Amino acid sequence: MTTFAYYPGCSLKGTGRAYEESLLPVLAALGIKLEELADWNCCGATAYMAVDEVKACVMASRNLALAEQLGHRELVTPCSACYLVLNKTKQYLGESRAVAQVVQRALGLVGLSYQGNVPVRHPLDLLVNVVGLPAIKERVRDPLTGLKVVPYYGCQLVRPYATFDDQDRPTSMDRLLGVLGATVVPYPLKTRCCGGSLTGTLPEPGLHCAYILLKEAVKRGAEVIATVCPLCQFNLDAYHHKIAAKWGPVRVPTVYFTQLMGLAFGLPARQLGLHRGLVPFAFEAGARRPEREVVPPDRPPPATPACRAGGPLAS
Amino acid sequence: MIEIKRTIKYETDRVKGFGREVMSVPGCEQLEQCIQCGTCSGVCPLSIYMDHSPRQVMALTRSDFKREVLSSVTIWLCASCYACAAECPRHIRITDIMYELKQRAIQEGVYPRRFPIPVLAREFTRMAQHWGRITESLLVLRLLWRTNWLEAFGMWRLGLGLWRTGRFSLRHESIRQRADLTRMMASVDDVVIGALPPPAANHRRGAR
Repeated sequence: MTTFAYYPGCSLKGTGRAYEESLLPVLAALGIKLEELADWNCCGATAYMAVDEVKACVMASRNLALAEQLGHRELVTPCSACYLVLNKTKQYLGESRAVAQVVQRALGLVGLSYQGNVPVRHPLDLLVNVVGLPAIKERVRDPLTGLKVVPYYGCQLVRPYATFDDQDRPTSMDRLLGVLGATVVPYPLKTRCCGGSLTGTLPEPGLHCAYILLKEAVKRGAEVIATVCPLCQFNLDAYHHKIAAKWGPVRVPTVYFTQLMGLAFGLPARQLGLHRGLVPFAFEAGARRPEREVVPPDRPPPATPACRAGGPLAS
Repeated sequence: MIEIKRTIKYETDRVKGFGREVMSVPGCEQLEQCIQCGTCSGVCPLSIYMDHSPRQVMALTRSDFKREVLSSVTIWLCASCYACAAECPRHIRITDIMYELKQRAIQEGVYPRRFPIPVLAREFTRMAQHWGRITESLLVLRLLWRTNWLEAFGMWRLGLGLWRTGRFSLRHESIRQRADLTRMMASVDDVVIGALPPPAANHRRGAR
């Protein structure tokens, strides 16, 4: 069993608790243990950067220092905002020696220090690039056959620190969901902003962002949206009544990608926090026929139209 | 009554040195290289709601139009999605510049009282610094209290739903070493980032 340091972030203990509830058993099923940083603090998110950069850096770097102290090779953080802030702080401290000195002095006051050598990784990165898709495929017990899923990455996982995937057209989650047996819906808005904290402060522009994402998912026939971020999940799940009142209904459930993995691994839905969504989602494994007709092995597969160019269209 | 305003800027509207000041902050140096192509405005999902587009904010900042920039709704509408920074052909960290402008607007107090975005930022930092962690439900309640508490009644449905699904909590999340965190944060109380020496030249992002 491999162990990684784990920084959950505030959302995973609050509105996003279903993410943690599903993440830990799924990783355990694949032989990965997460050790939570003792006494971690808030990363500062986007709000702190808007008030005081130096303080934001000090706040975030305490967690990096704690992670170094713990001694594991890498730090895993599932929240996109935490992932961005911790990576940003690392970059900031690397670039500006003056800021690094200020931060180092503040850490020194409480007996901590930061050397800058703990990589910060997202569970999606870990699953696709460390565990690997073949190992995940092997663990699938109840494939999500026929389930139409929209892979939604949101912004802060891939921008501006697209360390493991493309910043405009990422594919990690698409491939992962494919391995689980789901039908991955092509979704060009996969990295468009969900509105972030604007949904709580300025509803009109904030909810409009969420509405566009939901509308496109419904239009493309999605049965569920898979997300990697607690704020994206909240924005796409919690405001349906307000969005419906403004622009019309666009009802589709949004779950964490780890919840779908858990279902495919045959873990019970309640253990994965699937009862916590405001728009309910349920999937009964094995209840569906595969979409494409399975061809019996003794019969040759039907020729595709491209192979029969010039012939009659229907035969 | 229709309000009549001069729509053309005069040289005297500039606050000399403002652009330099912003560009002296680590991460904001590249603003000098802006070619005004408008890619940022094109990719911004929120530009349809802005008074000045992100491209205009870049130009106004660089040309010292401090008042126009700091009182613009644009800086508050930025949701930090980094689409502009990722697409910028001159590798300008536009999102970071927006953060810098938000900070200055907060320092100068140039936004309507009870305007929710800076109030959220303030309440967020207070809670994070005091408790070490954020309790989201309490943060939202504080925000409503400081801005428009009548709106809390419009949110009963959401609150009830979150309560039912076990996602709403009124217990403060907190770290054990709060005193340590307070000491760390107090030690940088008087550090002004613009006054720190700039980063080494080789760290500036030029052509990839």
